[in-house]
Amino acid sequence: MKQIFKLAWRNIWRNKRRTLITAASVFFAVLFASSMKSLQAGAWNEMIKNVTSLHIGYAQIHAAGFWENRSIDKSLSEEDILQQLNEVEPEGLVGYLPRLESFALASSGDKSGAVLVVGADLEKEEQHSELSSRLVEGRLLEKGEPGVILAEGLAKKLNLGLQDSLILSSIGYHAASAVGLYPIKGIISFNNPELDKQFCYLDIQVAQEFYAAEGMLTGMVIHLEDNSQLDGVLTSIRGQLPPEDYEVMDWMELMPDLVEAKNLDEAGSFLILGILYIIITFGIFGTLLMMTRERMYEFGVLTAIGMKKWLLSFAVWIEIIFMGFVGAFAGIFGTMPIVAYFVQNPIDMSKYSEDAASTYEKFGFHPVFPMNFDINIFTSQAFIVFIICTVLAVYPILVIQSLKPVQAMRK
Amino acid sequence: MSIISVKNIHKTYNENTVPVHALRGVDLEISEGEFTAIVGPSGSGKTTLLNIIGGLDRPTEGDIRLDQTELSTLNENQLIEFRKNNIGFIFQSYNLIPVLTSKENVEFVMLLQNRPKKEMETRAKELLNAVGLSDKLDQRPAQLSGGQQQRVAVARALASKPRFVLADEPTANLDSKSTADLLDIMAKLNQEEQITFVFSTHDNRVIERARRVVTMVDGKIESDETFNR
Repeated sequence: MKQIFKLAWRNIWRNKRRTLITAASVFFAVLFASSMKSLQAGAWNEMIKNVTSLHIGYAQIHAAGFWENRSIDKSLSEEDILQQLNEVEPEGLVGYLPRLESFALASSGDKSGAVLVVGADLEKEEQHSELSSRLVEGRLLEKGEPGVILAEGLAKKLNLGLQDSLILSSIGYHAASAVGLYPIKGIISFNNPELDKQFCYLDIQVAQEFYAAEGMLTGMVIHLEDNSQLDGVLTSIRGQLPPEDYEVMDWMELMPDLVEAKNLDEAGSFLILGILYIIITFGIFGTLLMMTRERMYEFGVLTAIGMKKWLLSFAVWIEIIFMGFVGAFAGIFGTMPIVAYFVQNPIDMSKYSEDAASTYEKFGFHPVFPMNFDINIFTSQAFIVFIICTVLAVYPILVIQSLKPVQAMRK
Repeated sequence: MSIISVKNIHKTYNENTVPVHALRGVDLEISEGEFTAIVGPSGSGKTTLLNIIGGLDRPTEGDIRLDQTELSTLNENQLIEFRKNNIGFIFQSYNLIPVLTSKENVEFVMLLQNRPKKEMETRAKELLNAVGLSDKLDQRPAQLSGGQQQRVAVARALASKPRFVLADEPTANLDSKSTADLLDIMAKLNQEEQITFVFSTHDNRVIERARRVVTMVDGKIESDETFNR
């Protein structure tokens, strides 16, 4: 078998120029495909990480039916849920973040706007998302402190800064009137245009007082060590909580629009890469066609001296795989440093085009795109090349199988 | 006792609208250890006969038996297996594998027979030594002259320890010196190892060395002469 591999390896270099041209086409395809997939995965991972780590979390627990209309009236009792959750200690769980969230009208002077008020235990939130690292000005709230932390975009919109005050008005639990005046203690930036223009934080107790919902929560965020433990943790928690009283949702259920947009984007890139690989396929096929025609005589001689057709077919298949892999591995090793560089130095669109950056922001994307260094992206390219080469090898294999030594040698 | 038995062989090609009768009822018996030349003008059917004897082509009609094996009873894979273990081929244009060295080319046939590595190496060296190429073991075909390549082809043909060696115009591309050397080598192997050699040729230098000369004309055997050489 070693000799067959040696033969195949030497055969691909019989016509160096042709092999190099074929390998170069595979190289560029893999380079382009790997870079594109890494950038796409990096951008989406960043987006999902931002949204999940800063706000949604990997999963949440609500009262049954809450997420459908997100009414504060569908709140759950903090005491009851904690009692239930004390019964389970799934592996990978760090803790729970109590939240009381609802919309309110924020106003200051003659400016006003709708805001999402997030009542949260900021000490726990700090452990979960290092909220303080996002502070642009000021500080986080202390436990029970009557103050507000505003998102940067919202502060700009309302023309507010530290030491200014904000009036919040809304409808509280069971239609209670909710009005409050809160001094601004901090300004925070999420690097996410959607979050930046609508968020404000209150301490959980202050929020409960504001919405007249003492001891009530709209949800609990499940804080995990990492995303890989999500399924196991959710299974344990779902097993403990009665489904008629509680709903336990992962981030994909909480943000179906984001998942759909990601799938749509991936489908688009799949189409582009599909077209690219079809072009490459024809390139490799052209090489195979020439190679097969040129070597009919040799194939005839090899079968004449006793080489079985399956063995000859296998040797030719190995040759084709080698040729594809020369390009694929060159492409992978060429892409790795590029991707590694852009993981450390994300592409900041605002440096290149303000217009493009603002367009991304309008669609809710932070216009800074890191790449994602995922070995699966590279191995999947090698796998695609392997499949293409294997499928294309059918042609010379069919020719070999139907080969008649005398006719082949006569040609 | 015949080791090659050809009975009433016909071969007709129907590639064009007019059928071409390459062989028209050939009968031939060849005994073990013979050194036979099949001669005749171009188109007389000598290469076709050699291909059929070697199991590379099938006759339209007739029987061919090699050392008790009726070739018509073998399927394609069995024929390949039979060729591998019983027949050595020498072709007009050498047909060595260009990416393998002389030694690797000789070893290749033994590789197909799954011989142990040590045995392959030893026999390849012995054979290349026998054909006078012990100093060209690691040269590739492109680095050898035509005569040297044909000598490697002879070594390759003998590597599998065949019962018969079939050579199609083996000296057609060689100069006088290379032809004489090659014939010396083949005659020596024929006598020392009792390998049966059958050539197709119209080269007088080969005909003069053959102990049996079968002459073909228009797909038939016209004469069959034996010489005491």
